[in-house]
Amino acid sequence: MRLALRPYLLIVPALLLTCGILYPFGLGLYYTLFDFSASKPQPDMVRFENYTTVFTQEAFWNSAWVTVLYAVGAALAETVLGVAVALLLHRSTLVGRVLEKILILPLMIAPVIAAIIWKLMLQPSVGVVNYLLRPFGLGGVQWTDTPTGALLSSIAVDVWVYTPFVAILALAGLRSLPASPFEAAAVDGAGWWYTFRRLTLPMLWPYVLVAVIFRFMDSLKVFDIIYALTEGGPGDSTVVLQIRAYLEAIRFQRYSFGISYTIVLWAVVYLAAMVLVKHLGKIQRKAAEVTT
Amino acid sequence: MDTHVHDRRRFLALAAGAAAAPLLTACGAGFGGNDSKGDGSAADDITGSFDWKREKGTTVKALLNKHPYTDALIADLKSFTARTGIKVEYDVFPEDNYFDKLTVDLSSGRASYDVFMLGAYMVWQYGPPGWLEDLGPWMRNSAATGAEWDQADFFPNLLQADQWSLKAGAPLGQGGQYALPWGWETNVVAYNTEVFGKLGLKPAESFDELTELAATIKRKAPGAGFDGMYGIAVRGSRSWATIHPGFMTMYARNGLKDFTVDGGKLTPAMNSPEAVAFTEDWARMVKRGGPPSWTSYTWYQCSSDLGAKKAGMLFDADTAAYFQAVKGASPASGKIAFHPGPKGPDGSLATNMWIWSLGMNAKSKKKSASWLFLQWATGKEHLRKSAITHNHIDPVRKSVAEDAAYKDKMRHLPGFLETFETVVDQTKIQFTPQAQFFDATTSWAAALQEIYGGKGARSVLDGLADDLAGKVG
Repeated sequence: MRLALRPYLLIVPALLLTCGILYPFGLGLYYTLFDFSASKPQPDMVRFENYTTVFTQEAFWNSAWVTVLYAVGAALAETVLGVAVALLLHRSTLVGRVLEKILILPLMIAPVIAAIIWKLMLQPSVGVVNYLLRPFGLGGVQWTDTPTGALLSSIAVDVWVYTPFVAILALAGLRSLPASPFEAAAVDGAGWWYTFRRLTLPMLWPYVLVAVIFRFMDSLKVFDIIYALTEGGPGDSTVVLQIRAYLEAIRFQRYSFGISYTIVLWAVVYLAAMVLVKHLGKIQRKAAEVTT
Repeated sequence: MDTHVHDRRRFLALAAGAAAAPLLTACGAGFGGNDSKGDGSAADDITGSFDWKREKGTTVKALLNKHPYTDALIADLKSFTARTGIKVEYDVFPEDNYFDKLTVDLSSGRASYDVFMLGAYMVWQYGPPGWLEDLGPWMRNSAATGAEWDQADFFPNLLQADQWSLKAGAPLGQGGQYALPWGWETNVVAYNTEVFGKLGLKPAESFDELTELAATIKRKAPGAGFDGMYGIAVRGSRSWATIHPGFMTMYARNGLKDFTVDGGKLTPAMNSPEAVAFTEDWARMVKRGGPPSWTSYTWYQCSSDLGAKKAGMLFDADTAAYFQAVKGASPASGKIAFHPGPKGPDGSLATNMWIWSLGMNAKSKKKSASWLFLQWATGKEHLRKSAITHNHIDPVRKSVAEDAAYKDKMRHLPGFLETFETVVDQTKIQFTPQAQFFDATTSWAAALQEIYGGKGARSVLDGLADDLAGKVG
């Protein structure tokens, strides 16, 4: 009897976790079929009207565009910088080992706190950034006052917080690469660039892509950094989908409508993850070919 | 290999699903936040003579916002417990997330908190779903309310601001009393007397003068020993809170309305030709004399800049300047004076206000004890004490505003009492009451930012009016 129960007992934690995720998700999905709001606590079933409204709103397409720009910009910059930093730290020097430890510091700061710190630093009149730029004639830059500036500043904060994450993953990848292909290339007299392009990068790609998947998915769901830095402004220029969902569901109390935004965001994240994971499989196979 | 990939897919799908979970859970676990309200009030159950000790041994749970008024309340809670035998447990949250916490708590239908702080605007959002107890029956019941509470002692415009019939567009001062005024703020101009003296300036009496004054300070103050000083601090963040202080005050002084109401139907009026012209002027004033990075400015930055001598003037809540003006509070303390601000073209000093109020959860199981708490917290004795010994200024009660000790305390701030007395009768909520207030004003703030950024005021405000017409009409 005890043996027969064991498999079921073993899955209990996973089952509870799954239910903990799926129950609110299913409930939310169900709510989106109604017009539930604070002003209508006894709602009517409206079927897919919330989704129709979402997709026909100019605000949605603006938010979707801003979200994609943010996610692509942040993930791309973090990947390039993260890999570059990892390559620099790969040589096991004393400086490299010290920098490795320091590099982790931004990851230990909550993103919302990082955004608040950066908001103060970017403040044109009292912020340290403009103070440092003043000798170069750039002391008057208003970082978050223009749509482009606000978006780029938000991406910059994201890059500051999460580049170490990509760098650490890439560094771990670099250190786990087999030595023999590099030794063979050295014997054949291959140059640094050739080795990097034909050996290091193909073998490192699976690690980098894992980092990209995490960062891209996470950036699609961004809320804290942008809300703390710009609140979505100026105008609607940094209102990403999560901020729109928060405003609708919590601030304006149109619960069903706000949740519809979240469900759409979930679908976007899910699809993006599917595509990237499929790509990861191909890259892993390619990397295996290079190794062998 | 495929299985491997599918496993990852499932994992990623669950992870993506988890992204949605917090918001979904925050929205509560079921419909029905508005149980049908009975006709009777729990206040009707209180009979006999009034007794402070009626609920001795009860514990009341309060949700409070971090604020000097709150500090004064907490410091005096022992007096309440000594008088009533009621214990008060409280949670204090910073303003940034206070209202999210309160909204989620009330919408969940649980009675986690019996009493809480709210603004009068929140009555428009929390009242219609039935989350707020109508305090009218409690106030009218002499068994529940002591004679010394003295309703007539409140400034009538403040009491009326928390009273509403729950119908969009209906004027305040009718219907249920959904909260009690506890502390409030008028929106006036505070200025740095040092820079005004050095540059030979005097406070503006018209909006055009204010714009010129702000531009003059920004241009001349840095060269007169006020490094980095700009003209006027006003809020600019993408938040409803940007609209209600200086902007709405000046908007109202120009005789402008947010909505017109006709037969219960609301029509946005922020795109009328006069409103468009005023909004353009406001954006121009900010550009010429406002702070750098204005679009991130909240009350906190505005207030801090006045205190740090970065702003020559502040057009915002009088309390925002007061907390910088008190002795030792900031580099500018002792050098801040108050003025009612520019008059409208017809001499109007119509002023918008913010009222920190106290409300009761309609789902509370301890309404009688909660009412005793509200009665005490808005009573003469506590409010007088907190105004004199703490920083609970701008009294909601006439008796405290006229109290000699209070006046003595405030007299050292140039123009504070005179400004208060000048605008108090013309201060009221200048917005049209309606449940979509926060959506409307947040969108309005976003529109203001776009106009400041160079977009045409006419097209931006037309777009705003179109958007709002569908939501509030």
